[in-house]
Amino acid sequence: MSDQSNEMGEAYWKANLKLMTMCLIVWFVVSYGFGILLVDVLNAIEFGGFKLGFWFAQQGSIYTFVILIFFYARQMNKLDRKFNVHEE
Amino acid sequence: MDLQTMTYIIVGLSFALYIGIAIWSRASSTGEFYVAGKGVHPIANGMATAADWMSAASFISMAGLIAFLGYGGSVYLMGWTGGYVLLATLLAPYLRKYGKFTVPEFIGGRYYSKSASLVAIICLIFISFTYVAGQMRGVGIVFSRFLEVDILTGLIVGMGVVFIYAVLGGMKGITYTQVAQYCVLIFAYTVPAVFIAMQLTGNPLPQIAFGSQLSDGSGLMLERLNQVVMDLGFTEYTKGTKSTIDVFFITLALMVGTAGLPHVIVRFFTVPKVRDARSSAGWALVFIALLYTTAPAVGAMARYNLVQTVQIGQVGDPAGNLEVESRPDWMKRWEPTKLLQFEDKNNDGRIQFYNDKNPTFAKMAEEEYGWKGNELKVDRDIMVLANPEIAGLPDWVIALVAAGGIAAALSTAAGLLLVISAAISHDLLKGILTPNISERSELMAGRIAAAGAICIAGYLGYNPPGFVAQVVAFAFGLAASSLFPAILMGIFSKRVNREGAIAGMLVGLVFTMGYIIYFKGVFIEPMAANKPENWFMGISPEGIGSIGMMLNFATAFLISSITKAPPVEVQELVDDIRVPRGSGAAQSH
Repeated sequence: MSDQSNEMGEAYWKANLKLMTMCLIVWFVVSYGFGILLVDVLNAIEFGGFKLGFWFAQQGSIYTFVILIFFYARQMNKLDRKFNVHEE
Repeated sequence: MDLQTMTYIIVGLSFALYIGIAIWSRASSTGEFYVAGKGVHPIANGMATAADWMSAASFISMAGLIAFLGYGGSVYLMGWTGGYVLLATLLAPYLRKYGKFTVPEFIGGRYYSKSASLVAIICLIFISFTYVAGQMRGVGIVFSRFLEVDILTGLIVGMGVVFIYAVLGGMKGITYTQVAQYCVLIFAYTVPAVFIAMQLTGNPLPQIAFGSQLSDGSGLMLERLNQVVMDLGFTEYTKGTKSTIDVFFITLALMVGTAGLPHVIVRFFTVPKVRDARSSAGWALVFIALLYTTAPAVGAMARYNLVQTVQIGQVGDPAGNLEVESRPDWMKRWEPTKLLQFEDKNNDGRIQFYNDKNPTFAKMAEEEYGWKGNELKVDRDIMVLANPEIAGLPDWVIALVAAGGIAAALSTAAGLLLVISAAISHDLLKGILTPNISERSELMAGRIAAAGAICIAGYLGYNPPGFVAQVVAFAFGLAASSLFPAILMGIFSKRVNREGAIAGMLVGLVFTMGYIIYFKGVFIEPMAANKPENWFMGISPEGIGSIGMMLNFATAFLISSITKAPPVEVQELVDDIRVPRGSGAAQSH
């Protein structure tokens, strides 16, 4: 492996780690944050007939997970192309 | 036409469909047998993954659990979906790039060690058998209730069907059958939910209905539900009874365990490209979320309907309780199964259903109302199956639910059997014992292993060892504490070596198993009462896999840092799996 492609590879991996960390922060906040640790605080807020904390625990976190995976997949495809490591 | 004939026809048609697909998609090579030739479209793969993942427990038990646990049931909802985010971002694309057939193969290759592979094989077989026994039990229950045959006959028919498509079709047959099974099970799950949501709130979308106003004008569904359960001495529905720390760690163990379950991971080896592995996790979760966002609505509505059926008027007013004589037909139909039992403790000819475990309420009820204890026992496993009957839905819906329950159990069982057979024929025989085996013989060995596994699973389903219910915690705990960390470190660290990984897996495994056995007493008597005061930091055996995982990480890093770094070719391998390009060439070895 030449030095140049090595550098590119490292930059790609760093960008990937950054995106991944962002996604996992959101993943943590909606489930463990809103659905568990802050559930009592959020339950004071009403949201379309639900207590907000309860809604995050039984509905909202799941919707967020779905969006998160597609967002990650899309951004990764862009990164793959940008760093020229995509599949043919 | 009566209900039983209708059920026979609908279940029979679904079986014919599965077998037809199996014959059409027969596997001819080991590649097709293990990973469907790696040519499955990501959406189809997502659907198959969803069916594979959603077991009899998801279909039959989960909504019932939520109905009785209320907010506490959220651990299953978040835990069994959040793992897919971990799969998509941390594992699936890299494992697909590695391009082999099985999880032990990755662990053996990355940690350049047959011992590491062997530890992984043992974990995998234990996890998968635990799981599959539960599925066969589910098949037995559905058969005995709806087709009124005995459990043994039900099991033999179920085993026969799985045998045909798992053994003939391998992963290819299983994948396409699972697509059909997903359609059957999701239709069967949502149709009754929509009907009941309409009846209660006038809104057909269950996800929205359980936050809507009730049609009878008594207020918001969840507020009303909180009210009626608290009137009977139960905990507020939207609050739950588990401590925050326990909810946190159970959710974590279930999420990480999901991402570490071999039969789920292997699904991402079947797609053509790395980028398909990412999006396929998303599609899988879309299809899973359809059921998982409906389940809490089904749970809340079922709980509400159940209480309303028995408590027909004011609490405390004798006329407020249902007379035994006028109890609905569905109760009578479930009584012979012993899953629903009634006992008139105060001999007043009426049914009292309340929380007699709540000392203040029980005392008050005895003194003021003359109640002598809770008189109705409802097994939570019947809530989904009985739901259409409780709501008085037409017979075809009830028959459909039976077919859906069987589809959920069979699809998961088949996926697990394939993982077991691959572990035996590919990892154990070809990888360790007889490396020179020909492809033909390996395929034959795989089929024999699958057939053998079906027989053992059927036996476990018929004679469930007393501990089947307890060992579910095992499956997730072991996956979370052994396989998941080993795979994760294999991808994200170049420094973790053979010694570290093996020590980490063993520490995680022994700690988690020890803790669960200590409190739940699998094989032996429990050594301490399974209650919060005795638990480590208040974490129940269900959540202990999270701690096991942390110990695994800590041990692996520590041992790796004081032993030799992995060889250069392994470090290059890690570099290689981190980039998508070049995934096309899938090799068996």
